[in-house]
Amino acid sequence: MGRLINRRPGRAGQVLLGALPFILLAAAYLMASDARLAVNPNDKLLPSVQSFVDAINRLAFQPDPRKGTYILWDDTLASLLRLGIGLSVATGFGLVAGVAIGLLPLARSAFAPVVAVLSMVPPLAILPILFIVFGLGEVAKVMLIVIGVTPFMVRDLSMSVATLPREQLVKAQTLGASTWQIVTRVVLPQTLPRLVSALRLSLGPAWLFLISSEAIAATEGLGYRIFLVRRYLAMDVILPYVAWITLLAFMIDWALRHLSDRAFDWQPGERGL
Amino acid sequence: MSLISVRNLSVRYGDFTVLERVNLEVAQQEFCSIVGASGCGKSTFLRLLLSEEQPSGGEIRIDGAPIAKEPQADRGVVFQRYSVFPHLSVIENVILPMELEASAFCGRFFGARRRRAKEEAAHLLERVGLSHVRDAYPKTLSGGMQQRLAIAQALIPKPKVLLLDEPFGALDPGTRQTMHEIILSLWEEEKMTIFMVTHDLKEGFKLGTRLLVFDKLRWDPQAPEAYGATITYDLPIDRRDVLPPELEAKAEALNKEPSRNEGPLNALP
Repeated sequence: MGRLINRRPGRAGQVLLGALPFILLAAAYLMASDARLAVNPNDKLLPSVQSFVDAINRLAFQPDPRKGTYILWDDTLASLLRLGIGLSVATGFGLVAGVAIGLLPLARSAFAPVVAVLSMVPPLAILPILFIVFGLGEVAKVMLIVIGVTPFMVRDLSMSVATLPREQLVKAQTLGASTWQIVTRVVLPQTLPRLVSALRLSLGPAWLFLISSEAIAATEGLGYRIFLVRRYLAMDVILPYVAWITLLAFMIDWALRHLSDRAFDWQPGERGL
Repeated sequence: MSLISVRNLSVRYGDFTVLERVNLEVAQQEFCSIVGASGCGKSTFLRLLLSEEQPSGGEIRIDGAPIAKEPQADRGVVFQRYSVFPHLSVIENVILPMELEASAFCGRFFGARRRRAKEEAAHLLERVGLSHVRDAYPKTLSGGMQQRLAIAQALIPKPKVLLLDEPFGALDPGTRQTMHEIILSLWEEEKMTIFMVTHDLKEGFKLGTRLLVFDKLRWDPQAPEAYGATITYDLPIDRRDVLPPELEAKAEALNKEPSRNEGPLNALP
């Protein structure tokens, strides 16, 4: 086999190649950490594995001496709740508006321009407005996620609805379908897979908005904790938190992908993406 | 009285005339094959019959009344592609029209009604030879099977008129042959009127009771968009399976680019 483009890894080779970058990253960290700790045992920038274990143990498995609760789980619950509510509202609104704009010419004429303009407003730029209007409580943080994610959802779903073949809509009408029936029996079922993938693509921005708003005003939450302990250069807390957030995001994405593959088995085309 | 009458129909987009002065009377249970070169407006004519598009002038009547302004259940359609719903299984595709008619809000049957509808649909699937794939999704079906499903689905609301837009154009010759037999037997049983647009003059000749040829009568080389097409030949066909030899050559010509100075079909008998 001569050309590089024709060389494919075997099964074991795939696993090995996939794991290699992770191993290299871990090794690089450990070597750098060791080198710094050898010079200064109190170095905080690249903590040893032992300090990570201690920090995780303290935050996840020991009750906080002041509040008597487990900090990591409190933070996780608070953040996931904000994320969940924000994404649910954005998804629900995105679906309704997306189908309306994609399917109904009247709704398209009325709302497509305003959505196109609003989606260009940088959500973080209006974060202060949200804090002023909604106060420093939960609503402002949830609203930032909603405002940040909804325009993308609306545009993505309306485009997906608009690309449904014209033939299908005409055929449905010749079978006697009303507009409502076309929405519920033809358009919605075919839009749901796209809804799930739009949701998956929105996870990244949603976490970004969540952590930004928690960093500015919160009393608990994963983002809040990271920005709180930053003052003490507590890398032993920050890095496990970042890894935990990454793991959470990865698991949500994985679950959505499997849901999509299982629930929409009528779909032709790519799986496992 | 004729089932469908078309009077002085025309379609213009700005200065561009697609159809002009189309007149036609079609009796019940006729099978009209519509042929013509690419861009001669035959598909536009079908879209007008479907009310997917509105004419610039003239009118179409069914049973003496002007046709509805939007597609309705009185006119069924089968397109070349995208005629079935990919998210529904074969049997679900067939019971969909029954569900839509009976359940305005949900558009769905449950329990005993669903079972009854499925039994009725199973009978129709038997006739088009899809019983063995009743629970499969369209993505797993061949092109011919998808078209058979589309036809079965279109027949459920019992349309007065069935419109076929190059329904067999994407199929291989063997499959086409089977489809021809199926459509002819369904047409005879259901006693409906069929309009079929096709690129294939032989196919049109074989299936139809009447051949409508669309072409431009007038042609201005300086302004090709000035004149529209109309029905240049309206030919009753006896039931026979073979194309007469003198039409063979015309069939060839039809598949090529039309020579505008002498319409390719002007020499038809």
